[in-house]
Amino acid sequence: MQKYVSQIHRCFRCGYCKFPTDYSSFNCPSYRRFRFDSYSTGGRLWLIYAWSKGEIEWSEHLAEILYACTTCKNCTEQCPMKFAPDIVDWIVEARNDMVEKGKIPPRVARFFEAVYGYGNPFKQLRSARAAWANGTKRYASGDEYLLYVGCLGSYDENGQKMARSLVDILNASGISFGILGEEEDCCGNEIYMLGEAGLFQNLAEKNSQKFKELGVSKVVTLCPHGYNTMKNNYPASGGNFEVYHYTQILSDLIQKNKIKPSRAKAKVTYQDSCFLGRYNNIYDEPRQILQGIPGIELVEMERNRKDAFCCGGGSGNFVTDLLAGSVDSPARIRAREAYETGADTLAVACPSCLTMLTDAAKAEDLDDKLVVKDISQILKELLSAR
Amino acid sequence: MTTTSALYDSLVKIVGKDFVSDQKEERYFYARDGGLMPPHEPDFVVMPKTTEEVQEIVKLANREKVPIVPKGAGLALTGLVIPQLGGIVLDMNRMDRILEVNEKAGYVVVEGGTTHGALKSYLQKHHPNLRHSIPDSPPIATIVANAVIHGQGRLSQQHGFNSDMVSSLEVVLPTGELCRIGSCSVSSYWFSKGPPLPDLSGLFLGWFGTTGIITKLGLKLYPCKKMRDVMLFLTDKAELVPDIMLRLSHTEMVEDVVVSAQPLPLRFRGTFWIMAYITGDSDEELEFKRKMVWDALWEYFESRDVGLLSTSPEMKAPLMSMPSKDLTRFADVSKGGGFQYAGPITPIEKFPAFIRKLEEVATKYNVFYASTARLIDAGHCMMFSFSFSFNRANSDEMARAKKALDECSKFALEEGGVLWKADIYEQRLLMDKMDPNTLVLMKKIKQLLDPNGIMNPGNWEVK
Repeated sequence: MQKYVSQIHRCFRCGYCKFPTDYSSFNCPSYRRFRFDSYSTGGRLWLIYAWSKGEIEWSEHLAEILYACTTCKNCTEQCPMKFAPDIVDWIVEARNDMVEKGKIPPRVARFFEAVYGYGNPFKQLRSARAAWANGTKRYASGDEYLLYVGCLGSYDENGQKMARSLVDILNASGISFGILGEEEDCCGNEIYMLGEAGLFQNLAEKNSQKFKELGVSKVVTLCPHGYNTMKNNYPASGGNFEVYHYTQILSDLIQKNKIKPSRAKAKVTYQDSCFLGRYNNIYDEPRQILQGIPGIELVEMERNRKDAFCCGGGSGNFVTDLLAGSVDSPARIRAREAYETGADTLAVACPSCLTMLTDAAKAEDLDDKLVVKDISQILKELLSAR
Repeated sequence: MTTTSALYDSLVKIVGKDFVSDQKEERYFYARDGGLMPPHEPDFVVMPKTTEEVQEIVKLANREKVPIVPKGAGLALTGLVIPQLGGIVLDMNRMDRILEVNEKAGYVVVEGGTTHGALKSYLQKHHPNLRHSIPDSPPIATIVANAVIHGQGRLSQQHGFNSDMVSSLEVVLPTGELCRIGSCSVSSYWFSKGPPLPDLSGLFLGWFGTTGIITKLGLKLYPCKKMRDVMLFLTDKAELVPDIMLRLSHTEMVEDVVVSAQPLPLRFRGTFWIMAYITGDSDEELEFKRKMVWDALWEYFESRDVGLLSTSPEMKAPLMSMPSKDLTRFADVSKGGGFQYAGPITPIEKFPAFIRKLEEVATKYNVFYASTARLIDAGHCMMFSFSFSFNRANSDEMARAKKALDECSKFALEEGGVLWKADIYEQRLLMDKMDPNTLVLMKKIKQLLDPNGIMNPGNWEVK
């Protein structure tokens, strides 16, 4: 057991963690999905404490409760206690202990096996990692940016569309960049959050070393998850480079008039990614891109920015899917909320959000009324239309 | 007796598989609350969505003589929703709809699991001229559970206990029948819980879920003024506090009066912080009320027994927040995740004696303390909290905190107070002191309503 054991009893189970700031609804994805207190952050912390003291035995149900947390950090945002910043770390450390003991849900075990064996959670061949790239230039010494695409961008159908759109925009802007192609490996963000500290360390060191050997000084990521881990976890593993999420780059390009999208006609709402927003305080740049497109009316969902409701895909749930199977699955709730704004387009800035919400819109029979698109796709279409 | 497995199947048939659990993890969590009462596991945790489902579950429990404990957020801290004999814990959180707001009659109708947080948010958004009496428990506290324990809130100085603000009820009786109480029993309006009819709401309010399950509740709403402010006064003389509270109440200008005391940080020790909350629709109205409050205490300012504490916006913000997160933070004072308080309802003249007792007991048991006293119903009484924080990882400290609480409760009872949201042991203390004929009446009521004794057994059990 790790250091969290000496702290975790401090949770008073007051329940603030379940809410957004205005208490209007439940903002903890797993509590909203299952509604048993055991699935709230307070419940999870009390159960972890009970497990650490031997008051309850490990069970698959306990592990599923622990892994149903998407690490969205709503609890960290809302908890009134001084230990609030540590809550997600405690959950991750408890997962570390479960991993060390080999006691994890089968779906999570398969996630690890896939990344370990294939370098991605989908068990796709490494040789197919750049199948989406369509001749995109490989990173070479002297390029300003390494575009790190990530597993979803490389293998997931929606993610691939994002990646192609972003590449086209970057090419049009004249920025010098390249990708790693088949040489790219998993970033490890989900591995870290799921508690496989050893595998994460291996990935972080390997990626950091590779970037160093290639002389990479600036990385731009397609995915907020990769952005988060490279910015916040890699420095401790030897990562020494600047990292940007692509929305930061595109926002800057628009503000400097280096890309000029044509006029659109759309009412758009935006889903904050947890790993951009609550983790890294990037709320404005995605909105600046959308607001920089003439003809787009940006409308906010009631829960937005630090109160945004997670799509349910974080912490590997875009694969393990422990919150699926209900009208109360977070992504389906979020798709309904987006539709209620009157928007015709739900914009995202994350491949995990894109795939979760695209599926959710279909499940809600909203796919002909609400288009789910990444910001890169929206922008690419308007650049093509010029 | 039906087998546990058959009961599980029956419950699944009523609410669906997703909303019944007999698994160890849920049984562990629902066996306890954040206070110091010993845990006891339920056999099932069930989450109904509709009144009809509640009726079906109650009929099943009554038929099979299985205990059933309705639960809000479990924040009473005195173990009132710990299932002392196992059985079913009925977590009401899925019954969370706000059904109606009648602006002109000033009430709202909510389902049995609606939270104070959700109602606050809803009113701010849709009816900004109205508000309800928000307790200082966290926003997950449910409106029904707070009424059932006679909770207090930010409007209690003016309007009494939060249960006094109930304006009608819908209840599933322990035998499964659905019953409406108050004006809604004869009308489509939910404006009165009793008058001019016989007030039957007393059969359910204060009974801790031992006489029925409230599935809908009407609650009175009050004007939400455009401006709100707090005036903060300090005194180091406990014996003056009752008079200060009375003078503030006498102005009829103050919506809430709270007096707090705590020994740390050291600058707080030995002083009493008196907070008087005022509201207004204009600067003039607010200024007039400030002057009234000022005049009421002028004599004490002149004698230098009371001082006005000038407050920055940063200092005011936590005092103004509803509910107050600061009260919840008390649980982490000893970095231990626990606090509990004995909160007797008592005449305000008892303030000096209670403060002395609190300090004496805290020293005796070496526990960290704080106190908050809230004026109720224009000074007819107050809630005085003997609050102790403890470290949940330190069993010795927990035991000392429990002894401190027990001693304070006994003292409060001897001094003429009545224990609020009493735990099962304190209920026995109360019943030992109660008029025997009152006890007989309670027993008759309980037997009449709950012939099989299935409702939250262990609580309000007259031997």
